[in-house]
Amino acid sequence: MVPPKSQRYLLVALLAAAVLSAVSGRIDPYVLDVALGAGISIVLASSLNLINGFTGQFSLGHAGFMAVGAYTSAMLTTAVAPKLGLSGTVLQWVFFPVSLVAGGLLAALAGIAVGAPSLRLKGDYLAIVTLGFGEIIKVVLQNLDFVGGSRGLTGVPTYANLFWVFGSASVTVYVVWALLNSTYGRGFLAVADDEVAAEAMGLNTTHYKITAFVVGSFFAGVAGGLYAHLKGYLNPSGFSFDKSIEIVVMVILGGMGRHSGVVVAALLLSVLTEGLRKFGDYRMIVYSVLLIVLMLTRPQGLFTWPLWKRRNA
Amino acid sequence: MTEFLQQLLNGISLGAIYALIALGYTMVYGVLRFINFAHSDVFMLGAFVGWTAVERLHLPKGTVGGGLAALALAMVVCAALGVLIEKLAYRPLRQRSTLTVLITAIGVSLLIQNVSQNSQIGFGPNPKAFPELFPSRQIHLGQLTVSTNQLVVLFVTLVLLAALYWIVHRTRTGTAMRALSFNATAASLVGINNDRIISFTFALGSALAGAGGVLYAMNYPSIDPLMGTLPGLKAFVAAVLGGIGNLPGAALGGLLIGLVETFVSGTRLSTFRDAIAFTILIGILLFRPAGLLGKLKVEKV
Repeated sequence: MVPPKSQRYLLVALLAAAVLSAVSGRIDPYVLDVALGAGISIVLASSLNLINGFTGQFSLGHAGFMAVGAYTSAMLTTAVAPKLGLSGTVLQWVFFPVSLVAGGLLAALAGIAVGAPSLRLKGDYLAIVTLGFGEIIKVVLQNLDFVGGSRGLTGVPTYANLFWVFGSASVTVYVVWALLNSTYGRGFLAVADDEVAAEAMGLNTTHYKITAFVVGSFFAGVAGGLYAHLKGYLNPSGFSFDKSIEIVVMVILGGMGRHSGVVVAALLLSVLTEGLRKFGDYRMIVYSVLLIVLMLTRPQGLFTWPLWKRRNA
Repeated sequence: MTEFLQQLLNGISLGAIYALIALGYTMVYGVLRFINFAHSDVFMLGAFVGWTAVERLHLPKGTVGGGLAALALAMVVCAALGVLIEKLAYRPLRQRSTLTVLITAIGVSLLIQNVSQNSQIGFGPNPKAFPELFPSRQIHLGQLTVSTNQLVVLFVTLVLLAALYWIVHRTRTGTAMRALSFNATAASLVGINNDRIISFTFALGSALAGAGGVLYAMNYPSIDPLMGTLPGLKAFVAAVLGGIGNLPGAALGGLLIGLVETFVSGTRLSTFRDAIAFTILIGILLFRPAGLLGKLKVEKV
């Protein structure tokens, strides 16, 4: 059972997002842009954390699911919405969230399509299949003319504001948290801890893995929709392997299977990426050295509590 | 019919290169049980060493001797690099989980790519034209066109495969490699120095990747620091297709992937050619997860 306290937290977070959104006109546009990007990163990292952290699978295709959601919701608001003859306010506050959910659902569907055959595989095989899936999505998008092909999709309305982004982030964190703290959700942790033992206890491990994949891809799809309506344009190359890695790094940095750690890591990395911009070409070198050093010295993540002790799970 | 033979020839020469890269993946997987993501970047560096040898060190262009020297240089440099990567990044993680090593490998891959892309300390992000290493001619057999570069690819691949076979099956080190991939603990119990053999495996695999890089660049003569990613992924698919950990399997898988890709390129689906390998991968994992020549292992508790 989810204690009602956590639902109150969610409510407070949503209210805070609404209040912030109301005063967003006074925030410096650059700061606002970084903040919105960071919010989307929270959605992505938290949802991947369910797959890679809590369920112990290793997906390298999160950007692929993000792309499915991004293109679905962007097509809905650019191609379908004008035909409905709705006013701008209705579009932003009613049709936009619907398009986000639609994008999420389609991404979840893709999650089933990828997960069902490949989740019988272990660790690194799964990593490669999900990576391959991400590449396939990219190639297919590059070849679909009605979504702009490799030229990309432009003219997406910029509906994503602080409320939608941080509202989605709050809901994502809440859903992942509540799911894992339910009786049902303990199964995810059991699969991560010892798959053979979990199966021997009568858990349907494949079912749990697919559920994690579907929920994770759903939120990746939502994040994609937000991203599309933040940037205003989409290009298949933006959803490459590098993007997936970026999300994976957030999850690892936060300590796989830590709720708050991953949120902090997502925020930190989004800000850090901006901060490293002045290093220009050296940014990605610093980034990759950071990743290697982290793995060699602190594979349990930066924000694993207690900070000085190795996690034994 | 001519068209078919032509595509068959192109497919085989592409497949031979995939096979060379796939062997490196499969050998490392055999001894360490993880995917060496940095392997595709060693392949890329092989091409760049070949380029440096001719453009900067001024080895003679378009001669057999110069070509072979560039090829040998690429193999030696890549072998050293492979050993170095293993020592610095993977060896400290020997007892850690596969995931940790996998992520480190991704980190190493990103590092190599980004250092190479840097204009000050690397080669810069722009594609470079790859020079002619070997004397290049087109030979016409009826309506069939064979370039000498393709023949070089086939010849070098065959020689390297034969050499690899000899090392793995006829030398003491090769026997130790096979023992290690069979059971690492038992191998160390009978006096095999596991670390030394793992280093040797990396050297061997990386040398093949280096040769693959030069051969690839000869046939697709534009090289850039990100050129390794796609061939690397396809070669990995080839290794899985043949049964990962299985040397003849990797060679067979590489050949098949090269052929399928070339034939798909010849049809209306040509723009999807980069997706085809992954479709094959998902298919093979569904129906025959151990690969064509591999044996399925049952997990024991």
